[in-house]
Amino acid sequence: MLIGTIVDGIVIDHIPAGRGMELYRYLELDKLDCEVALIKNAASCKRGKKDILKINEVIDLNFDLLGYIDPHITVNIIRNGERVEKRHPDLPDEIRGVIRCKNPRCITSCEQELEHIFKLTDREHRVYRCAYCDTRAK
Amino acid sequence: MRSLLDIADLTVEEIDELIAKAQDIIENPDKYAEKCRRRKLATLFYEPSTRTRLSFESAMLELGGSVIGFSEAQSSSASKGESVADTARVVSCFADIIAMRHPMEGAPRVAAMNASIPVINAGDGGHNHPTQTLTDLLTIKREKGRLDHMTVGCCGDLKFGRTVHSLLGAMSRYEGVDFVLISPEELRVPEHVRTDILNAGHVKYRETESLLEAMPELDVLYMTRVQRERFISEADYVRLKDTYILTPDKLDTAKADLSILHPLPRVNEISVAIDRDPRACYFRQVLNGKYIRMALIMKLLEVE
Repeated sequence: MLIGTIVDGIVIDHIPAGRGMELYRYLELDKLDCEVALIKNAASCKRGKKDILKINEVIDLNFDLLGYIDPHITVNIIRNGERVEKRHPDLPDEIRGVIRCKNPRCITSCEQELEHIFKLTDREHRVYRCAYCDTRAK
Repeated sequence: MRSLLDIADLTVEEIDELIAKAQDIIENPDKYAEKCRRRKLATLFYEPSTRTRLSFESAMLELGGSVIGFSEAQSSSASKGESVADTARVVSCFADIIAMRHPMEGAPRVAAMNASIPVINAGDGGHNHPTQTLTDLLTIKREKGRLDHMTVGCCGDLKFGRTVHSLLGAMSRYEGVDFVLISPEELRVPEHVRTDILNAGHVKYRETESLLEAMPELDVLYMTRVQRERFISEADYVRLKDTYILTPDKLDTAKADLSILHPLPRVNEISVAIDRDPRACYFRQVLNGKYIRMALIMKLLEVE
């Protein structure tokens, strides 16, 4: 399968296989006018399979979100056809407006305009809890 | 400006300081009679709670302050659809401190994020009730003379019982406190309490279904009510509500200096015959609630 070479843009690599489309939606890549390619189930030496996103434009990325999806994701910034930067997102301390609290007793379930906020409470086990009701994110 | 939403917001030193202040209030009430003069407490109670609301109100009145507020959502702007955030902003214009009870978990945090005055969580659904925990700690301190090196039994609804979760969190920070968790299988402590409090804090605990078997080793017995409002299924409530009832005969093997606590209201889980037993502390516990709330209000209002 051939996908054109990026001149100026971003390659998000090592996305866990099957989660590329989820990331595509979270990052709202459908709103971009430039070329965007999602490669599913690409061969990976470390994990067997992985997803890759190629964006033919340098955009501002939500690194907190990438870190939440998987801190093993790598972000490669391409300028003039060369990789000029490779970044690993950190596990964010807080995530806002990305995941929703599923607890029917949480105040966010009845006050719809409240921003859904999750805090990292256990870095080792990557546990996030709702900032309002402490329910664990699934 | 600081709020109290979760007992974990307080350090052990701050809890000890509040307990010491409450004990001083008990011994020297006249010294504190005017400490909050011209200050107003707003009690925003979105669900009924006679005891907690009256405790907060009497605490503020005994400090020389005054009280405004509502005791049910129907008599507030919530019935017109006003958000908690807006109510908190509005009440900040009228009062100096808020005590909020709300059936939805996290509502007091929303209030604290939007109010310009301190907010005290007076109970948010099955989530947190930090002033009940402070009450429990003051009671144990006054009854036992210490908060460390003891065996605490928690009995009844340990799944939905927020007072138990907070007490486990608070007491586990003191040295040498062991827990015996006494409940039916269906009402055991939830996973997050087990992982975040008990396992994370390397707390020594064991679980049993038998109150009788646990009784001889207990220094403190914390009884809880199986609350109808925490159950989604009425059938589950009816099946489990009478599971653990404390009667005088069950105390035959108890220590002579056992302290029996209960956050109240009691339904039938403690026989009224036990009220005469000097080991029953639950009505003294109610009084302690007023004193610790006085100490807390002073702390949050930064009154010396």
